[in-house]
Amino acid sequence: MTRRAVARALVYLSLIAATVVVLLPLAAVLLTSLKSEREMADDSGALALPDDPLNFGNYVTAFQDGRMLTAFANTAVILLFAIGGTVLIGSMTAYAIDRFTFRFRKLVVALFLVAALVPGVTTQVATFQIVNSFGMFDSLWAPIALYMGTDIVSIYIFLQFVRSIPTSLDEAARLDGANAFTIYRKIIFPLLRPAVATVVIVKGITTYNDFYIPFLYMPSEDLGVISTSLFRFKGPFGAHWETISAGAILVILPTLIVFLCLQRYIYNGFTRGATR
Amino acid sequence: MASTTETASVKTAAGPGAAAPAPRRARLWRGATPWLFLLAPLTLLIVFTYAPIANMVAYSFTDWDGVSPELRYTGAENYTELFTRPDLFEVFWVSGYYLVASVVQIVAALYFATILSFNVRFRNFFKGVLFFPYLINGVAIGFVFLYFFQDGGTLDSVLGLFGVETDRAWLGTPESANTSLAAVSVWRYLGLNFVLFLGAIQSIPGELYEAAELDGANRWHQFRHIIAPGIKPVLSLTVILSISGSLSVFEIPYIMTGGATGTETFVIQTVKLAFQFNKTGLASAAAIVLLLIVLAVTWVQRRLVPDSADDKRMDLA
Repeated sequence: MTRRAVARALVYLSLIAATVVVLLPLAAVLLTSLKSEREMADDSGALALPDDPLNFGNYVTAFQDGRMLTAFANTAVILLFAIGGTVLIGSMTAYAIDRFTFRFRKLVVALFLVAALVPGVTTQVATFQIVNSFGMFDSLWAPIALYMGTDIVSIYIFLQFVRSIPTSLDEAARLDGANAFTIYRKIIFPLLRPAVATVVIVKGITTYNDFYIPFLYMPSEDLGVISTSLFRFKGPFGAHWETISAGAILVILPTLIVFLCLQRYIYNGFTRGATR
Repeated sequence: MASTTETASVKTAAGPGAAAPAPRRARLWRGATPWLFLLAPLTLLIVFTYAPIANMVAYSFTDWDGVSPELRYTGAENYTELFTRPDLFEVFWVSGYYLVASVVQIVAALYFATILSFNVRFRNFFKGVLFFPYLINGVAIGFVFLYFFQDGGTLDSVLGLFGVETDRAWLGTPESANTSLAAVSVWRYLGLNFVLFLGAIQSIPGELYEAAELDGANRWHQFRHIIAPGIKPVLSLTVILSISGSLSVFEIPYIMTGGATGTETFVIQTVKLAFQFNKTGLASAAAIVLLLIVLAVTWVQRRLVPDSADDKRMDLA
């Protein structure tokens, strides 16, 4: 019995240790974001509590001087188009692949599969030339097009759901004279609601976090998104850790809120997306 | 790819008018239907994934700078340069740090998934804490850890609490910097592996544990004979993701150090070659090499673990 108790204690100890390892770096940044410049200079260390726990001055500085409002607006536009496009394209692909037999079907499937294995950042060497030739460079359309065109994960998620919809529904509708488009619009798509929710969440988080594509394709200051605007803090705020920390917390906060509200969907979504 | 159950696909030709031969136009229309649905997806896929790869193969045999209208075909020169110039090849060793980190990460993820699949208090809280880092924006993570490792930052303060006075720059030497960055990768990605393992463990039927308990099996036996076999497919997937991930590390070192002090990875080098030094030809060759390695690793894994995870994996056909 005592051995059991020791084992249990060790399990909890390891869990608490892990929690500290995860939360401490974040907590230090949160504390720093609430400190004044004077406090930062007095060498009290990263873990010292701020004098005024409601000192939000750095957040105002980060939000205004860091052009975070523009960044949130641009990110919102990209999210809207990219997610909308991904949902439409992913569900159409899944419907076509699962519900029809046609020549080259296996080839089409293979094309999507292999694309999932290509490391994204490296192909930008050549993708850049193509995006540039379309005149999309330095516009919001570049990331939108790229996010829509390379999302294999959402196609898988839709496929799993389309497969679970009984084909008898399609057949019944076809007997009533519905064509393939009507079936997709009136039967399949409405039944895909849980899959749409999953794709919106997973795609939303990955798009919100993406750094390199906006960094490469949208160098203009006005076209900053969350990641690139925060990245630009490196220059002007060089050693002003209290401002940089406030910026980082501003970026993390929306993710935290979404995570707390939608935990279950998020676990399922990322599990589904990864175990292709 | 091999299908386990051939899903009953609708034969579009067997419509209500199957008795009389359908007029030719209608038949053509039916044959075209799936392609109409696939038009946009395939166009995007080809334009933004396959065309770049094809172009990259072409560029890799030239000395193109990505800007000027003229280029020379140089044969396999870029590839020989890549494998013979030590400064270009050295960056591959940096991946070693991340491979070691992956091992640590998989072991830790497995441990936490195992203990949290049993009855533990505050389970959801611990699960959330472990997973949340995976969702955080990479740039924010980069800044959090720049502050963590900087002189007098979080890490030094914590060590100070224990009376350890350090005056070392954590990101100052190549070994220390790469170790630090690899540790950040563990912090960031542990959650995903952990949740994948947890899902796999929870899909094992509970009766197995009960039966094992009755037979007097302890936790370790349960792990060895019930959990380990049950998560093999996910484990092999994780190993693949880790290997290709270690080879294509980019974001964290790029944001935190920009590749300084020996932390440049293969992908950072490729990107710099292309967009800073205008060596599109050489960068393309580098990208092709990486792509081939990743495809080879995946292929090997497929051969070693044939379709064991078929119900979960890519059985689309």
